[in-house]
Amino acid sequence: MTTETVRPRRPRNSTPPIRAKARRAPLKRRKSLTLTVLCTVMLVYSLLPLAWLAINATKSQQNLFNSFGLWFKGFGFFSNLGDTFSYEHHIFARWLLNTLLYVVVGAGGATLLATLAGYGLAKFDFVGKKAVFATVIGAVAVPATALAVPTFLMFSKMGLTDTPWAIIIPSLISPFGLYLMWTFSAEAVPAEIMESARMDGAGEFRTFFSVSLPLLGPGIVTVLLFNVVTTWNNYFLPLIMLKNQDWYPLTLGLSTWNDQAHTAGGDVVFNLVITGSLVTIIPLIAAFLLLQRYWQSGLSAGSVKG
Amino acid sequence: MTITRRRGVLLGASALAVALAATACGSSSSGGGKSSSGSSQAASVSDADLQAALSAGGNLTVWAWEPTLKKVVADFQTKYPKVHVNLVNAGTGNDEYKALQNAVQAGKGVPDVAHIEYYALPQFELTKSVVNLDQFGAAALNGTFTPGPWNSVQADGGVYGLPMDSGPMALFYNQTVFTKFGITTPPATWDEYIADAKKIHAADPSVYITNDTGDAGFTTSMIWQAGGKPYSVSGTTVGVNFAGDAGTQKFATAWQQLIDGHDLSPVSAWSDAWYQGMAAGKIASLTIGAWMPSSLESGVKSGSGQWRVAPMPQWTAGGKVTSENGGSSLAVMKASTNQKLAYAFLKYATVDEGAQTRVDNGAFPATVKQLNSPDFLNKTDPYFGDQKINQVLAQSASEVAPGWSYLPFQVYANSIFNDTAGKAYIGGSSLADGLKAWQDASIKYGKDQGFTVK
Amino acid sequence: MASPPLDLARPRRRAGRRRGSLAGWKFVSPFMALFALVFLAPIGYSIYLSLYKTQLIGGTHFVGLQNYSDALKDSQFWTSFSRVALFLVIQVPIMLGLALFLALAIDSGRLYGAAFFRISVFMPYAVPAVVATLMWSFMYGTQFGLVRDIDKHFGVTLPDPLSPHLILASIGNIVTWEWVGYNMLILYSALRVVNPSLYEAAAIEGAGQWRIIWSIKLPALRPAIVIATIFSIIGSFQLFNEPSILKHLAPNAITTYYTPNYYAYSLSFDGQQFNYSATVAIIMGVVTMIIAYAVQLRGIRKAV
Repeated sequence: MTTETVRPRRPRNSTPPIRAKARRAPLKRRKSLTLTVLCTVMLVYSLLPLAWLAINATKSQQNLFNSFGLWFKGFGFFSNLGDTFSYEHHIFARWLLNTLLYVVVGAGGATLLATLAGYGLAKFDFVGKKAVFATVIGAVAVPATALAVPTFLMFSKMGLTDTPWAIIIPSLISPFGLYLMWTFSAEAVPAEIMESARMDGAGEFRTFFSVSLPLLGPGIVTVLLFNVVTTWNNYFLPLIMLKNQDWYPLTLGLSTWNDQAHTAGGDVVFNLVITGSLVTIIPLIAAFLLLQRYWQSGLSAGSVKG
Repeated sequence: MTITRRRGVLLGASALAVALAATACGSSSSGGGKSSSGSSQAASVSDADLQAALSAGGNLTVWAWEPTLKKVVADFQTKYPKVHVNLVNAGTGNDEYKALQNAVQAGKGVPDVAHIEYYALPQFELTKSVVNLDQFGAAALNGTFTPGPWNSVQADGGVYGLPMDSGPMALFYNQTVFTKFGITTPPATWDEYIADAKKIHAADPSVYITNDTGDAGFTTSMIWQAGGKPYSVSGTTVGVNFAGDAGTQKFATAWQQLIDGHDLSPVSAWSDAWYQGMAAGKIASLTIGAWMPSSLESGVKSGSGQWRVAPMPQWTAGGKVTSENGGSSLAVMKASTNQKLAYAFLKYATVDEGAQTRVDNGAFPATVKQLNSPDFLNKTDPYFGDQKINQVLAQSASEVAPGWSYLPFQVYANSIFNDTAGKAYIGGSSLADGLKAWQDASIKYGKDQGFTVK
Repeated sequence: MASPPLDLARPRRRAGRRRGSLAGWKFVSPFMALFALVFLAPIGYSIYLSLYKTQLIGGTHFVGLQNYSDALKDSQFWTSFSRVALFLVIQVPIMLGLALFLALAIDSGRLYGAAFFRISVFMPYAVPAVVATLMWSFMYGTQFGLVRDIDKHFGVTLPDPLSPHLILASIGNIVTWEWVGYNMLILYSALRVVNPSLYEAAAIEGAGQWRIIWSIKLPALRPAIVIATIFSIIGSFQLFNEPSILKHLAPNAITTYYTPNYYAYSLSFDGQQFNYSATVAIIMGVVTMIIAYAVQLRGIRKAV
């Protein structure tokens, strides 16, 4: 086949690592100081509010109110941390576990569904494909806040409100993930590879799992990361769907603590809200660090790039 | 004609007299202090019936954000072991109402009992989401509660909730800050208050007498005290008139001086900056409901020993008129399948043992008995320099101006306050014009929702 | 100068023959089934709602397209609409421009500590909304916040970021802060799937960095940029979180009809005007879809 000559470096077995290294190395050596300085400006911009969060997680409720926001006063991080976890009978730990459940099932499922569908849209011609595109874009364009009440009413009739399903089921759909996977699949999976797998007699699903999936690595990781963060920070939907605090995700729980300051006689615990928020971010950083290696190496498409 | 208004006056006079008799009552008659008209439902449930329901037991779901209810529920379950109460914090204020409306609309997941502030109760009554408690003999509780709250739970000849707490207004001030600026006695009139506000802010531009970024609840309470009656409600006929209301104009004129002089701290109540401002002595006082002490003690710990409570400043020297700010009730939802038991819980929490438990844990009572008890009145608190603040607050409760009512769509009206009247705080219009705009927007909504607007 | 090898990217998309209908649907149908439940059903219900009117007094009755004609004459709706349109025109290019710059910088291999930049710039997206109000209250605070501290320290008077004429810019800043890293990652990931042999070929041709960016990277990024643009447009039209965060801090500058989505939310949750709220949402959906579709068509035409 002619395609084989056009794209010689993408056989099913990945390219020998030495060649890949050699290819990328010259670019890697020349570091640019100007570029680094420019990016550092962006870095400060991004991190300044986060620095506020980290610094203030070390302050007691009282010091929070009588100290400069971007510097330390007393070091109460561990006492805040302890209080965050022990407050109201350790409910924070429960919220953390709930959030993990929603993320694993919701974000994991969403990534799987988006990958399958994005690949299907990118790699197959079928009747109704254009309609799928238009329908999904159209549906996403309708503001979700306005759909909240109809969705609530529907879920309520189905008996799903106040159960984890009310959070998980909507999380399984990530239209943005679908489009990203569509784009990535079009770029990352050459038709000739699929063709040769088919010639070997593999079915479409086997081709997908054994040949295409590895090539989609960086795309899948990106989509997974987005879904994880989106599900982790999901607030509006749980607010409407859940009343039982035992099913709350972290965001909703922290918001309840925050609201205590808005009511007569409520226990004002801004220090726990801030510490809890910092704790909420940490698993996301961990997930990011864990997943980011897939952009650099490991799976087939990445390894080519070194 | 407005039913609630008249009853308010009537009850005001008789409230203290019948107080103790009412708490002990076992009456099953519906009448009580009922004056006029309305389709008064005869009480079909006796106290014995309620006792039977409590002994039989069952499950109740209660939506409330009030912190002292946790203890009440625990005690209640100990006393009536067959009743299981599921206390759910479904959000504070508006968040809970939204959830409640959603649940009512879905016809599923509606709690048996809900915590509803007085200003929001008419809306739930109007949409028939809460039940008329007359059928359980609530009318006989006439006199049990102080007039302001009792007035607030009634509409169209029925009782739609039992008052849980009340918020007669008073002036909470930081004495240390006041003294620093040479203010030795707290302002007794609003004229003095304005003078003090200017004095403080002129001496130190970072200090303000109070904060205000436009708050519907505060504004209506101030108009209430000034003798204003901008809202008139009779069934589905409503009237909104700020522009032609003398009390409103009195307030608007006074407050405009503070706005024009930038004498109000541009910080919203209940925000972290608000607590911060009080902690730092930059916000020197609050004119607010009697439920405030526990929030100060929790949120402004560093102010301990500095704060004091004085009567609400008056519009005329030597006057004795106050108004209510906030306060809330417990109501039984129509969708409840165990309304009798729900009412029994209401009674426990607001009238019987629960009322005392809540006061002991820092709530401000709506019941005459607790309000007049020597223990309560003579309690001192180091946070307030061992001042007997409850005497000031109880006094305020007895001076609440009668005749105020909220709109049956006050939740919505309050939500658009900052769209309209709020413009005054950012220099977009005068407060009087802003209130007129609020009036117009409220009327527009009322008409759109099918009310007859006077 | 156009060197033939650089065009290798093109035939790939058209090469190979596509398989039939059935296999495609097998891949797409699980997504679409759930999508129908979670998105289409509520939208259908909303369309139904938009044809009725429910009043507190008088109940529900059919009004046909009355709500739609009301909305088109509603000055609050148009105010909010033009506000997000303005926001879209200014904020989206800035944000995507920054994201593109960062993605290219990090991918170039010419940056010290690229991995650190990558995660740091993305982190704002992970901050939960509940703490955002506390955080921005500090950042934008003229009374107790950073603005006050800067004023005091340098003896200046910065304009109040929460004042009515600056608040849209302040929202733009939050949105940019939050989403630059997110968009950067999309573009960065798209760069990671670019065929590296193209760079090799370009290097052999003697093409410099700028030439590689212009002739290989940007064309390869086009689909990702189109998608990022479409979703940024949708995000702008649906602007809600950031105004609602700032509403606590600037209650008068942010009205209940500040953006169309905020308006729909207020109508539904504060005013119980579910029907009218649904109408506003549907109109916004249609408008957004038309614009998004136009961008998509334009993007495709240019790419091919």
